[in-house]
Amino acid sequence: MATPKSYRLDTLGLHAGQQPDSEFGARAQPIYYTTSYVFPDTDHAASLFNMERAGHVYSRISNPTNSALEERIAALEGGVGAIATASGQAALHLAITTLMNAGSHIVASGSLYGGSHNLLSYTLPRFGIETTFVNPRDVDAFRAAIRPETRLVFGETLGNPGLDVLDIPRIAALAHDAGLPVLVDSTFTPPHLMRPFELGADLIFHSATKFLGGHGVAIGGLVVDGGSFDWDKSGKFPTLTEPYEGFHGMVFTEESTTAAFLLRARREGLRDFGACMSPMNAFQIMQGVETLGPRMQRHIENTRKVVQFLDASDAVSHVVYPELPSHPDHDLAAKLLPNGCGAVFTFELKGGRAAGRRFIESLKIFSHLANVGDAKSLVIHPATTTHYRMDAEALRNAGISEGTVRLSIGLEAADDLIEDLSRALHASQKA
Amino acid sequence: MYTSVAGSKTYAYTANRPFDASLPTIVFVHGAANDHSVWSLQSRYFAYHGWNALAVDLPGHGRSEGAPLTSIDALAQWLDAFLDAVGVAQCWITGHSMGSLIGLETAARNPPRISGLALIGTAVPMPVSGTLLKTSAANDHVAYEMINAFAHSPRAQLGGNRVPGAWMLGSNMRLMERSADGTLYADFTACNDYKGGLEAAKKVQCPVLLVLGQRDLMTPPRAAREAAATFSESRTVILDGAGHSLMSEQPDAVLDALIGFVKSGQATPA
Repeated sequence: MATPKSYRLDTLGLHAGQQPDSEFGARAQPIYYTTSYVFPDTDHAASLFNMERAGHVYSRISNPTNSALEERIAALEGGVGAIATASGQAALHLAITTLMNAGSHIVASGSLYGGSHNLLSYTLPRFGIETTFVNPRDVDAFRAAIRPETRLVFGETLGNPGLDVLDIPRIAALAHDAGLPVLVDSTFTPPHLMRPFELGADLIFHSATKFLGGHGVAIGGLVVDGGSFDWDKSGKFPTLTEPYEGFHGMVFTEESTTAAFLLRARREGLRDFGACMSPMNAFQIMQGVETLGPRMQRHIENTRKVVQFLDASDAVSHVVYPELPSHPDHDLAAKLLPNGCGAVFTFELKGGRAAGRRFIESLKIFSHLANVGDAKSLVIHPATTTHYRMDAEALRNAGISEGTVRLSIGLEAADDLIEDLSRALHASQKA
Repeated sequence: MYTSVAGSKTYAYTANRPFDASLPTIVFVHGAANDHSVWSLQSRYFAYHGWNALAVDLPGHGRSEGAPLTSIDALAQWLDAFLDAVGVAQCWITGHSMGSLIGLETAARNPPRISGLALIGTAVPMPVSGTLLKTSAANDHVAYEMINAFAHSPRAQLGGNRVPGAWMLGSNMRLMERSADGTLYADFTACNDYKGGLEAAKKVQCPVLLVLGQRDLMTPPRAAREAAATFSESRTVILDGAGHSLMSEQPDAVLDALIGFVKSGQATPA
């Protein structure tokens, strides 16, 4: 008998989580633009509120359009379920606040998106949650930073913007030995490039604003639960393993053996913090997810051509992309990211800040803005934008200099992108 | 709640409510390599509607200690001992797949104790394919993959779950993966070797409800026909488009069938 296989990613990306509309047969996912849902009778209403029946009560907690997106991303990542949030930052916040209280501690990679760095460095300490940042390439540093009150190990699958490849298998092993889950930000590595649960991660979040949507029209986030982490065995997560007076004394790990985290996150985090995704945004992001596989293939093809071009340019001192032999994580990337290392990377322009300004202002196709993962190619100067709060040492630790330029390679004709870059590089080197 | 059965710590989900001997009791029995959580919606409903709901973890499953038992006879004996341990004089039993056989044998062994028997996704007998037995004996992950493929209807393979944001295939896979080595094989052996189902059906004295999935490949509706005809009093509900994972594929339909069943019996939910 042949081994049965589940549907492949490109099929799940188009179909998972959605059946043709039962009322009218609509093939596209309907947008349920409603705040609330009529209850057939009072008993049904009470049963929905008390989680005795499946369904929707109020769109801050759940919504059919959002649910279809959540299920689709969970299917693509190979998890047990997901929650859509107002943004990627909201997804990170939801994950953290579901797992821990004041007095808890996080061990995080130092190479993080500026927004995540702000949350962990400046905002969460106000609420009693401290973070120790470590070099993502130093696995032993993760182990050394773990304290009795540590509740989470966190990193980006590809560090922003140095593209440090997180050694998820080794970091997960040491975290699990300490009874801790690993959360990864997989925004730069959609499921077609990496499936972090298969490498040992326990929770994933995405800024869906980026590659999942791909069109740059909708802000959103998703947090996905792999369903493998044993919260009871760990003994460090009373929010999941002890009765919660905020929901009829529910013990989430008893209620759901595999999805306790998601239950608490939805029943408390979405209910109380309220950072839900708009159903319109869920629909728009779903449209992007439908073409995610083919788009990522094109993103990678274009990126490889542009990287090759820049690496050979006299105006460029250094290109930071893990597929290049010069990248410190080249071997690890070959192992963990065989389908490509994403479409966002940095390079060092000769001539410093002035050359950088001339370069960016000479580009015609690349858009200068603070986003990545768009179908359109983008460019930014991290030291003055996304990482502007960091001092010189923190910048160095994150692999950034004042001459660093970050590109997000889109889906345009690669030759047009290369011609645009060639023209701007030439302009940048004119004194 | 935890209790001790034959010296082993045993768990039953009760929606965090204490057992009340003055209330009617309904016991939920899960299938192979599963645990109480497959009944979370249905058992929670009954627990909040005037019943003691006891969704057990069988020995060696979920939170219950001990080695998995390898015969339906032993499992029925265990369930009887569990009811003694909790102090249940009389109850309704709802079983899924392997759990349905345990319920059937329990009802046959001690007819006065069982007020009603609901068999969800059942087949009598319940032969297990040689490939599944072989792969589960080897603790080969392929066994779980085959179950996931066969236990969900074509529709459910692509999701569309009523539970917001839940991916059924992933949930079922992770639940099975939590089983200790040998658990799935023990469960399949128990199902495959149970030859007394039709004889047991003759001894059952209570009303019986069969809830079957129209697209169930593991326990197709035709495999329950003879048993249904053997019970002295039975009713069959076939859920359109459903596969074997009925409680997750069509949770409300299963719950409504159970509510209708108990309402038609002597006990009535509050």
